[in-house]
Amino acid sequence: MKSKLNLDPKVIDSARSCAGRIAESMQEFIEKHTTVSTERTILRLLGVDGIDDVETPLPNVVVDQIKDAGVLSRGVAYWMGNTMIQTGLAPQEIAEKMSAGELDITKLKLATKKEAEAKIMPAVMDALKKINVQTKKRENYIAKIGEGKKPYLYVIVATGNIYEDVIQAQAAGRQGADIIAVIRTTAQSLLDYVPYGPTTEGFGGTYATQENFKIMRKALDKVGEEVGRYIRLCNYSSGMCMAEIAAMGAIERLDVMLNDALYGILFRDINMQRTLVDQFFSRVIIGYSGIIFNSGEDNYLTTDDAYEAAHTVLASQFINEQFAVLANIKEEQMGLGHAFEMDPDMENGFLYELSQAVMAKEIFPKASLKYMPPTKFMTGNIFKGHVQDALFNMISVWSGQSLQLLGMLTEAIHTPHMQDRYLSIENAQYVFNNARDIGSEVEFKAGGIIQERAKFVLGEADELLHTIEEEGLFRTIEQGKFGGVKRARDGGKGLEGVCVLDENYFNPFIPLMMGGVR
Amino acid sequence: MTAINNATTKTDLTKVKPYGDTMNDGMVELAFTLPVPYGEEASEAAKQLVKKMGLDEPAVVYSKDMGGGFTFFTMYGKCQHTVDYTTIKVTKVEIETMDRVECQKYIEDNIKREVVVVGACSGTDAHTVGIDAIMNMKGFHGHFGLERYKGMNAINMGSQVPNEVLIAKAIEVKADAILVSQIVTQKDVHIANLTNLVELMEAEGIRDKMILICGGPRISHELAQELGFDAGFGAHSHAEDVASFVLTEIVKRNK
Repeated sequence: MKSKLNLDPKVIDSARSCAGRIAESMQEFIEKHTTVSTERTILRLLGVDGIDDVETPLPNVVVDQIKDAGVLSRGVAYWMGNTMIQTGLAPQEIAEKMSAGELDITKLKLATKKEAEAKIMPAVMDALKKINVQTKKRENYIAKIGEGKKPYLYVIVATGNIYEDVIQAQAAGRQGADIIAVIRTTAQSLLDYVPYGPTTEGFGGTYATQENFKIMRKALDKVGEEVGRYIRLCNYSSGMCMAEIAAMGAIERLDVMLNDALYGILFRDINMQRTLVDQFFSRVIIGYSGIIFNSGEDNYLTTDDAYEAAHTVLASQFINEQFAVLANIKEEQMGLGHAFEMDPDMENGFLYELSQAVMAKEIFPKASLKYMPPTKFMTGNIFKGHVQDALFNMISVWSGQSLQLLGMLTEAIHTPHMQDRYLSIENAQYVFNNARDIGSEVEFKAGGIIQERAKFVLGEADELLHTIEEEGLFRTIEQGKFGGVKRARDGGKGLEGVCVLDENYFNPFIPLMMGGVR
Repeated sequence: MTAINNATTKTDLTKVKPYGDTMNDGMVELAFTLPVPYGEEASEAAKQLVKKMGLDEPAVVYSKDMGGGFTFFTMYGKCQHTVDYTTIKVTKVEIETMDRVECQKYIEDNIKREVVVVGACSGTDAHTVGIDAIMNMKGFHGHFGLERYKGMNAINMGSQVPNEVLIAKAIEVKADAILVSQIVTQKDVHIANLTNLVELMEAEGIRDKMILICGGPRISHELAQELGFDAGFGAHSHAEDVASFVLTEIVKRNK
């Protein structure tokens, strides 16, 4: 495809290969470590579920006991496999006995790593089977009832009660939404466990739990069949329990998951070592399960300026792409993020924004780009807000975005009401339909504002990536180069949950999932 | 011919009602959803409801089936009620706002030491856009944040900071003022959190030793004072408004 922006492919290659080296150097660190939540993920995939009498999830009970005994470095897969050999119990039974204080799995006779791995393998294959059933079901649905046109209309529900969320989500589906994101309660990202069961409380959303995923999946399938369009479900594989929630999402057939370590580091102050390790396993699961991940670069522009900091978004997209490559994720599943956050008072702001959106599409042509709506300059003037959202929709259809998180005219006032969502969907449908082929019809003036802007941003991103390569990603974050937020390597939440591996460690899921074993 | 409408071009401030295109026409536009299926009965229900809200001649100008037994309406009606504008009193932060340079000079001339301000989105709130707009170097829309003010040490602790931690920090750095931003107001979570902060400060015996300020799009000065804060800043407030209040308050309290 000819570049409409006349971007220099040499600069794109330079930036991309630089990002590749940055990701690989981080991968060396990642592969030497595990975390409590990565280990809990293995347990969840093995079918360990439920809570004890003080509502601690059993995966936490098991991992905490192993960690307290100082032997987490060998990994729960070993300890589970060994306990299955020594006791003949299944993983869930083992967890229940540990919770009841009837079993100390670190005090049993020790089999070899090979024996433990062989013993656990049938349970591992069962887990893969469970995920594959869901992946197939998605494929069948799309083949049978079809799906919406891109850009997919992506809306949120955030009532704080899963049953109320269902009503809102189903209404949105009937109005034309292609993706429903169930917003979780503020602060869940900082919990070092995943709550259990259906929930009817929370602020700005309710908890991400496996049961809630199941309830919403069923509700959306029902509407999908009714309207003849597969409706995708989105939630967060982010925060302290990134990988655990990815596993839950894989098992319950989520289609889209927000997943970005950099976001957690910068905006939730999660320790960088912890979350980069968690991100790797979560992306392996996401890649294997056909889920689209969404990265959070759009957020940089809520704290930083959309014009001045555009290159940080692009640099981060390059890095996120390379992290995804290392987790064997297909390009189509890469929902790299960006946002429409130009100051509406800026002269030609629309042109700059258009340039940056087209640039993202040209640089990541196959990716499922996620485009986020104006938030920072939404004022409570709902009438102007609706116009800002229309311009945002215009750029989206023009530049060929994939996942369009619809702007709400009531942004900055409250979480969306039913009618807000309807008005947004109507707005997007109008603009998308009315300007459907504008992208393939219109070319840009050589050396004009739009071309020059993209060239400038790409050049700056390439430069930033080379600085990051020189200094290392950790150091770059410490200096506040992303989103203007500074985070220390040993600061933030969750560092105590990071553990160096010993030579007998194994995570049976990673090689199988990356190898695409079905 | 006798004038048949009572329209007047002059506003009677003792009897104010909405203005559409003629004085005292009372025109109000509304948009809402009813949990009833789309149809003529739905429109009639909407009209009766709007009438009960005190609007005459309710008119459904648009209605739309939202599916699942919900109907959306756009409506107009003529307000029957009036208010007496001449008796209205609103509590506002009574302060002349100085710009950044004036603030810096005010510190030099009147306070003669570094002013320390600690800020956070406390409680469960994860939205730092407000506190960042006031405190971060960059500020918002050309209004630089407090970090850029010479003579001021502005510490932004970020989001989801427990009130206890915020207070501990304020004591540690001998803060002159604490700024709390609250964006999420769903189910009044901000009220509970702000009240908790005041109670904790009182328990620590430092409530009257520090200037306590809250801000956010749904915060008013009146609400802030009700909750026991010294001031509240709503939408469209900038760093210089907050700084001006803090600085003049420091000087006032030292007199």
